[in-house]
Amino acid sequence: MYSDNILGFETIEKNLKAMAFKRLIYSFISILAILFLLSSGLTIAEENNAGSFQRGLSKFFDYPVDLFKEAFESGWRWYAYVFKYLPDLISTINMAFFSTLFGAIFALLLSLFASKNLIKNQYIVTFSRRIMDILRSFPELVIAMIFLYLMGKSELPAVIAIVIHTAGALGKLFSEAIENADNKPIEGLQSCGASWWQRVRFAVIPQVIPLFISYTLLRLEINVRASTILGFVGAGGIGEALSAVIQFRYGDEIIAIMFLLVITIISLDYFSRFLRGRLIGDNK
Amino acid sequence: MEQVLNQNVIDAVDLKHKKHIRILIITGFMFMVYLIGSIIHFDLPNLAKKWNKDRASMFMLDIYAHKDHIKMNWKDPQKIDVRFEGGHRHVYKDDPTWLIRNKNNQSTIVNFDNGGQFVFFPNRVEMRNFPNINEPFIFKLNKNGKPYVDGYVGKESMLPSWMRATENKVEVRPSLYERLQVYGSKVEVHRYELGWKYFWFDFDSPLVGKGFLDAISLMFNDDRVDPKISNFNLVVNEFLENEIWHHNTVLFAMVETLLMAILGTLIASMVGLPLAFLAAYNVTPLSSIRFFLRRLFDMLRGIDMLIWSLIFLRAFGPGLFTGIFAIAFTDTGTLGKLMSEAIENTDKKDKEGIQSTGANKVLQHRFGIIPQILPIFISQSLYYLESNTRAAVIIGAMGAGGIGLHFLGALMTGNDFENVAYMAILVLVAVMCIDTMSAKLRRLLIGIEDKK
Repeated sequence: MYSDNILGFETIEKNLKAMAFKRLIYSFISILAILFLLSSGLTIAEENNAGSFQRGLSKFFDYPVDLFKEAFESGWRWYAYVFKYLPDLISTINMAFFSTLFGAIFALLLSLFASKNLIKNQYIVTFSRRIMDILRSFPELVIAMIFLYLMGKSELPAVIAIVIHTAGALGKLFSEAIENADNKPIEGLQSCGASWWQRVRFAVIPQVIPLFISYTLLRLEINVRASTILGFVGAGGIGEALSAVIQFRYGDEIIAIMFLLVITIISLDYFSRFLRGRLIGDNK
Repeated sequence: MEQVLNQNVIDAVDLKHKKHIRILIITGFMFMVYLIGSIIHFDLPNLAKKWNKDRASMFMLDIYAHKDHIKMNWKDPQKIDVRFEGGHRHVYKDDPTWLIRNKNNQSTIVNFDNGGQFVFFPNRVEMRNFPNINEPFIFKLNKNGKPYVDGYVGKESMLPSWMRATENKVEVRPSLYERLQVYGSKVEVHRYELGWKYFWFDFDSPLVGKGFLDAISLMFNDDRVDPKISNFNLVVNEFLENEIWHHNTVLFAMVETLLMAILGTLIASMVGLPLAFLAAYNVTPLSSIRFFLRRLFDMLRGIDMLIWSLIFLRAFGPGLFTGIFAIAFTDTGTLGKLMSEAIENTDKKDKEGIQSTGANKVLQHRFGIIPQILPIFISQSLYYLESNTRAAVIIGAMGAGGIGLHFLGALMTGNDFENVAYMAILVLVAVMCIDTMSAKLRRLLIGIEDKK
């Protein structure tokens, strides 16, 4: 039954051991590299930090405890603060929502040109991909700060920055989704003589739309965090309010804003997971 | 074979279609209302008005060009000096070739590449030979010490559009590359040239004027420029201690930012993985521990990186620790949650196989679970490394230091746009490097990445 040229058990064992040894060496080297990186990095950090690690660690709870104490002392007034900053929060969420929407529209347009199965011209595909890479590479904050400088303090520069970043980030995910779509419906429509747009509309989009919406929801979550941070550098909304109260050291109001932010992020997380679960169909 | 559709079926489909259309119209209407409301709210129609054209053009110009300031005080007209970007310490010792001092009639000529000239005299400034400008303009001071354009007193509205005369200042800008400002006390000419001057070596450096390739060849040349130190050290030192571009601080800040991202992600993955095991139901039988860890993950994740960085900023002060811990805390939550879900989704047959050989619990997990989750773990960690590189720039600007803070600082001073552009390009390059490296590593370690 066994042919003669099959490897003997000894050879197999030897090969296996050699492979195991090689893997062991590789893991050993990578563990050493990681440990070296960690220790040298932490040494650099210790040398260049404003305060030392140990002193910082002992003070770690001071600030949160102070804040909570102040919030507790302010009593019922604290609840009023929560409502006071609600409009700011809504403005931040709206900023994120609007820019996610626009970013997704741009991403959709870009991704159609960056998918190999829709565009046969290699140059257009590569060109659109590079554009998306560049749009995605700049952190929102960098774009936002430049636009804030050029346009004055308002919400618009932040919106533009988030739209640019979102278009790049979502565009990549969208084009990957399109490329992974089943080719058979496209071919079927092509065989009936459907135009390019008809193929996209009736063969591609129905396949990828649940995935697109799910990615967009995930991005919305990220963008709410981003627009809060952009508020910090002058784009308005709850970020600006937070930066103001931090400067004035109003502990109770800081806690109120942080409370609003945490609640928003957690509820957005659950909401988007619920929606995504329903759209994609696996409830997890 | 012909199939006859039942009328009821047709009706049902029709009804559904109508309902579908109705929902679509309502959604579309709401969408339009939201869009219009938001466009008004964000003031999109006034986009063009808000766009500060002067600032934007100055910004762009400063990014790709540099300028020399030529200054004359009316009180001491013979003392004309030329400074690079107007810096106090950047005064040219020898006159550049485009500056000609005429001792006979006490005039000084500033030549431009397009043939135009500004000529300083002790009592006036003349503007000559600019292309497409036929009229020679003359700028003087009146008895009260205020600047004016000769022949245009009281007729300021007749002046060409590139010239602006106010009570205390006459500003002349024939094109983007030439600028003349006449004040009551002084006259200043800005002369723009393309390129980033002194990028490699500073104004006062012995190597000034050398380019990148020159510097490289000098490094391996035995003839010492400075007899005290070797050429290699000299080149490196002079490059890093460039006072105009601050390579020293900028490059170190970039390293700091990268360290924040890498160490933060490393710590998060090293802490997150064990915690993920403890939070998975097929590893930890105690539901109380699981519940506690799940809520811990939610808390770490829910408190945004921004808030963590503010808290750490108070404890550790500005610096690397703030960035590292803000990233580590947030991502411990995210990675822990993701990995605990991955562990729960592992195939239990592997573990049972190991168990059947009589292995203990630790070995069961080591050989039954870890091989299954390792690819997910590595690829997720690398994805977080990518996004954390951007996050580290942002946390840095919030106060943790690194390139983000330098970027914010350079932008706020409002005249070092070339440094702003330099840092933006540096960030772009670093982010792209990390992205490609992590993609390569992922492919190397997992090998299943290519879907094509």
